[in-house]
Amino acid sequence: MKRVAVLVFPGSNCDAETLAAARAAGSDAFFVWHRDTDLRQADVVILPGGFSYGDYLRSGAIARFSPAMGAVAEHARAGGTVLGICNGFQILCEAGLLPGGLMRNARQRFLSRPVWVRVEQTDTPFTCLYEPGEVLEIPVAHGDGRYVAEPGVAAELEATGRVVWRYVRDNPNGSTNHIAGVMSAGRNVVGIMPHPERRAAPALEGGGQDGARVFLSMEARHATQDVADVRAVDDRHLRV
Amino acid sequence: MTRIAASPFPGDPPITPELVHDHNLTDEEYGRIIALLGRTPTFAELGIFSALWSEHCAYKHSRPVLKTFPTTGPQVVQGPGENAGVLRLPDGWAVAFKIESHNHPSAVEPYQGAATGVGGILRDVFTMGARPVALLNSLRFGPLDQARNRYLFAGVVKGVGDYGNCVGVPTLGGEVDFGPSYGGNPLVNAMCVGLLKERDLIKAAARGVGSVLLVVGARTGRDGIHGAAFASEELTHASEQRRPQVQVGDPFTEKLLLEASLALIQSGHIVAIQDMGAAGLISSSAEMAAKGGVGVEIDLSLVPTREPGMTPYEVLLSESQERMLVVAKPDRIAAAQAIAARWELTATPIGRVTDDGMYRAKWKDQVVVEIPGQRLIDDCPVYQPEATEDPEIAERRTAHPAPSTQHLAPGEALLTLLDHPPIASKRWVYEQYDSTVQAGTVLGPGGDAGVLRVPGADFGLAVTVDCNSRYVRLDPYEGGKAAVAEAARNIACTGARPLGITDCLNFGSPERPAVFHQFKESCRGIADACRALDTPVTGGNVSFYNESPAGAVDPTPVVGMVGLLSRVNRAVPSHARAIGDVVFVLGRTQAELGGSQFWEVVHGFVGGMPPRVDLGAERRLVDYLVTAADAGLLRSAHDCSQGGLGVALAEVAMRGPYDETGFGLDIDLTAYASPLAAHDLLFSESHGRAVVTCAPERATAVAALAQELGVPAQRVGTVGERGGTVRLLLRDATVLHTVDRLREVYFSSIDQRMGD
Repeated sequence: MKRVAVLVFPGSNCDAETLAAARAAGSDAFFVWHRDTDLRQADVVILPGGFSYGDYLRSGAIARFSPAMGAVAEHARAGGTVLGICNGFQILCEAGLLPGGLMRNARQRFLSRPVWVRVEQTDTPFTCLYEPGEVLEIPVAHGDGRYVAEPGVAAELEATGRVVWRYVRDNPNGSTNHIAGVMSAGRNVVGIMPHPERRAAPALEGGGQDGARVFLSMEARHATQDVADVRAVDDRHLRV
Repeated sequence: MTRIAASPFPGDPPITPELVHDHNLTDEEYGRIIALLGRTPTFAELGIFSALWSEHCAYKHSRPVLKTFPTTGPQVVQGPGENAGVLRLPDGWAVAFKIESHNHPSAVEPYQGAATGVGGILRDVFTMGARPVALLNSLRFGPLDQARNRYLFAGVVKGVGDYGNCVGVPTLGGEVDFGPSYGGNPLVNAMCVGLLKERDLIKAAARGVGSVLLVVGARTGRDGIHGAAFASEELTHASEQRRPQVQVGDPFTEKLLLEASLALIQSGHIVAIQDMGAAGLISSSAEMAAKGGVGVEIDLSLVPTREPGMTPYEVLLSESQERMLVVAKPDRIAAAQAIAARWELTATPIGRVTDDGMYRAKWKDQVVVEIPGQRLIDDCPVYQPEATEDPEIAERRTAHPAPSTQHLAPGEALLTLLDHPPIASKRWVYEQYDSTVQAGTVLGPGGDAGVLRVPGADFGLAVTVDCNSRYVRLDPYEGGKAAVAEAARNIACTGARPLGITDCLNFGSPERPAVFHQFKESCRGIADACRALDTPVTGGNVSFYNESPAGAVDPTPVVGMVGLLSRVNRAVPSHARAIGDVVFVLGRTQAELGGSQFWEVVHGFVGGMPPRVDLGAERRLVDYLVTAADAGLLRSAHDCSQGGLGVALAEVAMRGPYDETGFGLDIDLTAYASPLAAHDLLFSESHGRAVVTCAPERATAVAALAQELGVPAQRVGTVGERGGTVRLLLRDATVLHTVDRLREVYFSSIDQRMGD
């Protein structure tokens, strides 16, 4: 069982469902308040979505200075696993833990809708239970979701296989190379713009649970069990 | 005990007849104030009476009518009179919900006006101890071919979205309508739905002499002073100057306030909590004191302010947002402050509960306000305005459109209707609202009603808002009934049982007999429908004086309804889902084109007798839809409303905006409502109808249940291929379109008008 710290900034608003998704996947998940500097031996740190500090300056721009982020940077430097979702992705970019940044959507408006993303990399702590090339339906809800990076950086991300998810069917926000999620050079820090935690339980709109395996992957990775057993974990998740 | 009469604060203006009139008080009302106080009021007291005796706070024109609403039932935990109504759910859960208008602020400052409307309704719900789980809104604007209407529409939608998105409450539904009467005075109504355990319910009544009043949250500034009074007058060209009276919202602070308030309520450290909404500190403190039958004494100099030099008058009347007034037990102040501090907010003691029944405000040692508290609330005059129908409306009701020389074929008329903004997809709007945050959304916007899960429970909630002001204008009684009936149909289409309503009654000036007639009659219609459908009224809001130099808005009594879905995994969506499924039309279609979109859009005629609501038939339809969904018989169910059966069938076929394509439909209506001509059959807006689809093997059961429950059900066809053709066969015409053509028109209508 992994210890999963879900960071809470003032203005985080996806913290509860992110914690619930991690727990449903079998993790020992707990909240860490932004003023704390102790991650309490977390194996995985998740930065949830929301509007940290109101995002009044620029999405994620203030959160990166919060006391807990120092501990997150240390955790990441030591090879620890980190996931940023939506606003969490923005914060990781602002903090320099992920390359590039997230700019205003191409249509200049907040956008809430389902999108389709293809899993490009399955050798990450959050995608190891997906099939390569699998297409997932999960929602986005963001005003600043257009991933941008210097041409050299984007090319390097592509060349080194660090684009984790890519929008298919259409590009909802004008992201460079249709990028929906990336990872760090050390392949331990991952950011995703859509919200897998909103597709982690049954009976939700569209009926899908395409996001559940993001959280189940945390538990499965490095586990000694084979894929068939992991599916059993998946089944348990279905009943939660 | 010696009474210290309140004395003027240094710098206060003298009380003159002009000043009294500027405060929207009549001579007769001012006379009552003198009699009540036994002296001339201070400036601060004048401001207090102006705010608390405004229509917005006191309901002085509407109270006798509102008393006629049914407000009781086994499901009612809290009826009208609190911040929000509360209905009972299974397993100890309860739902708190309320709708409120923010029309006038949005007319002069659309973004902030709409945003703070959302902020206010969220606070109304979480002050009951409920966690907000859904937002809805009902919006009205002038036609989109005018630039100012587009500006107001875009600004309001962005304001609604930015606020709710930041606080993290999903917007699950709503309605948007466009009509010329709203050009000078748009309507912005916001509804919030929250969940709580019934045992955690808290009310806004101050109790316990010596309890301490704390102001929690944002500092008090000069914004929004006299917002309540502003809401109680007609809009004029000079209203633009009211812009500084529009409050400014900060959803980030609201989110902290939400968490802090719920934590305070859970802690047991406090006895009451109230939002500082319309008329700010004065309204919240005076109402809490009156409800508790106690007095309060406040030192206004202790209220944290944003700027120096604020006067008692300004501190009392400021409508600065994101503030709460909390009554804490005297020995728990430090503990309450610690909870606020955990959420990075301050909680400042400003006064205490007293036993003398007086509403007393001081500035340090000087008493600036001293009013008998109960009488401040109770002595507000109540008016019984005259009500007479405008003869022009009575005439319009019997009129018919002039015989048209150009005959639009039914298929063309259908495309025209699907392109018409009141009917067309509102994707442009709801895409700007986060509809999936909290991960509880089962059915989001774009269908009949929103559906959400209740954490850890098998049941779910369905939520909707509805009103067709065209019907209300032509026949306020039938229009009022129709608003409730349509809401109930929408709720029932998802499989949920309607539980109760909240209403937002938007009208012109009640001092005009024609307007008051609309108000009285539509309320009578709402009351009758609520009795027939077992949906008590749990509260709401009256918004009068929605007038611009061009006249009053169309009467718009918006009904917000919640329903209980006993098994949330059986929620029924509104569009077709599988090829080969059988299509049924439920209910009867009559030639009822009065007030229809068809007459308005195709014939340019607004008039005629709107469709009559048969409440018995509505009740049977609701029972049918709930029973059929619970038995798992239905694959989809969709209400027939604006645009009639033609538009309803098209919507069933088109599916959602993000589906790659829709389904074809093969429909034969030659044996249905046979005496009707094609236009009447397709575009009549008869009530009590729905289109349902089911798997072929369930068709017999669907028909049998309908017969058992007394609902007319006609099997009319089947669901065709993906991307196929929608074919509607009538006795005298055939409508033939590919579903992609329909989708193109329906989903791009508003985008195109907004220049996207």
